[in-house]
Amino acid sequence: MTDEIKSPASPPAPQAPLQSEAVVLAEARRRSRRSFIGLGLAGLAGLGGWRWLLSRPDDAGIPHPLRKVLDANSRLSSAYFKETRLAPEFARSRAQTPRENGDVGLDDEVDLDAWRLRVQGYGTTKTQEFTLADVKALPKIEMTTELKCIEGWSVVVHWAGARLSDFLARYPLATRSGRPADPLNPPADLAPYVGMLTPDEQYYVGLDIHSALHPQTLLCYEMNGAPLTSAHGAPLRLVTPLKYGIKHLKRIGTIAFADTRPKDYWAELGYDWDAGH
Amino acid sequence: MKQLVEKHPLAIRWFHWVNFPVLSLMIWSGMWIYWANDVYRLGWGDHTLFKFFPQSFYAAFHVDHKLAQGMSWHFVLMWVFFLNGLLYVLYTVFSGEWRYLLPTRHSFREAILVTLHDLGLYKKPLPVRKFNGAQQIAYTSVILMGLGSLLTGLAIYKPTQFSWLTTLLGGYEFARILHFSLTIGYVLFFIVHIAQVVRAGWNNFRAMVAGFEIEEVDPTTHAIEAGPASLPAADASLSPH
Repeated sequence: MTDEIKSPASPPAPQAPLQSEAVVLAEARRRSRRSFIGLGLAGLAGLGGWRWLLSRPDDAGIPHPLRKVLDANSRLSSAYFKETRLAPEFARSRAQTPRENGDVGLDDEVDLDAWRLRVQGYGTTKTQEFTLADVKALPKIEMTTELKCIEGWSVVVHWAGARLSDFLARYPLATRSGRPADPLNPPADLAPYVGMLTPDEQYYVGLDIHSALHPQTLLCYEMNGAPLTSAHGAPLRLVTPLKYGIKHLKRIGTIAFADTRPKDYWAELGYDWDAGH
Repeated sequence: MKQLVEKHPLAIRWFHWVNFPVLSLMIWSGMWIYWANDVYRLGWGDHTLFKFFPQSFYAAFHVDHKLAQGMSWHFVLMWVFFLNGLLYVLYTVFSGEWRYLLPTRHSFREAILVTLHDLGLYKKPLPVRKFNGAQQIAYTSVILMGLGSLLTGLAIYKPTQFSWLTTLLGGYEFARILHFSLTIGYVLFFIVHIAQVVRAGWNNFRAMVAGFEIEEVDPTTHAIEAGPASLPAADASLSPH
């Protein structure tokens, strides 16, 4: 029973005289009343805050304050981001065919011969066109990484293609000055954002330039050792294991650079614009 | 003689009552996220005892097709959950409250006796102490579970940026299972907690709101003679001596 002496549940110090029970009960009532009213008011305040949050103007599918916090989260994770921090790679034998989870922007049949990659130079209205052969002429990068769906499942896939950073080093369209976009030594006039669209402009994604120039961000033309099928984005798709599958735009039509966040299909429907993981 | 005896400091009462709605909303928004890939079940082979969650459950509570909203709430409230938990831990460390909360080498034996007492299999009275062994284990475990939720959550929130953490926790899929299991753990904790609070009665519950209990105190020695007449095990404890 010695524990009780040290416990905060111990009575007043022995020298203090005990209070009469009437005083004790009156004090108990007074403190109870005050505390329960306080808790009730705090509860109401919380409920009020909750309703206030829900009543805020909608910002692309979610209340504006929530959007602000998601943006702050993505600033925090981009502060932690490093070009040298790579997504884990896996044994090629683990590669599987991913689900064809999205077909927005793929409605029309693609004419592979007529297809061109259109790239609009940063700060210009000029658009340069590239063939698949131009992309394939760049060093071929193969990697076996995990494709993560924002729904919560993931699948290991073997990809092959050209680094977007190699493309933008060879064709320096991401700077106003026309200097190559070296990710480790970014020029001052490097565009902060990249936007991509399908040829029919029905699906579109935006990327921050650091993710775009990451060594694992590919202009991809092969999946699991075979050319891309139409449902997986033939002839050229974006693959970036830094981002959820929603950013892996299939059938790239146009690439453009921007000073502000380019529009993003799923971010308009309530998802985090950054969608990095 | 009945006397007011201080039990829970104001700060701990605040942390407790802030955590309750925040954790509830974390669980709720977590279900909106989980729905998009609801692959877990209890069972073996082709036998499923329970699917997380039955379609009727989703339909009854409108859980479906809320992934984007679920993520937005989850990734906002995670900060409140984290900061409230961090402040609670710091408070218990610097105020010395941790002494009543951390299990001791006696706690495990005591917890078994408390459980037997609660099941009516152990009849001897349980002497009064702030938290008994079972409570110490429960309240410390739930804090460790909170830390576990933060770490597994981070591992599945940023599995590439924190790939070292994700790998440490057994990979993305396993970390997601852990994150989900911890949530089930909170629900089980909640059920037992509510049952014990109901058993313990008004005096005990009021202490978590108003901070004090009314105890029977010996007028000469000032020692607590017994808790209130209805004091059950949830609020009492065995003396380790």
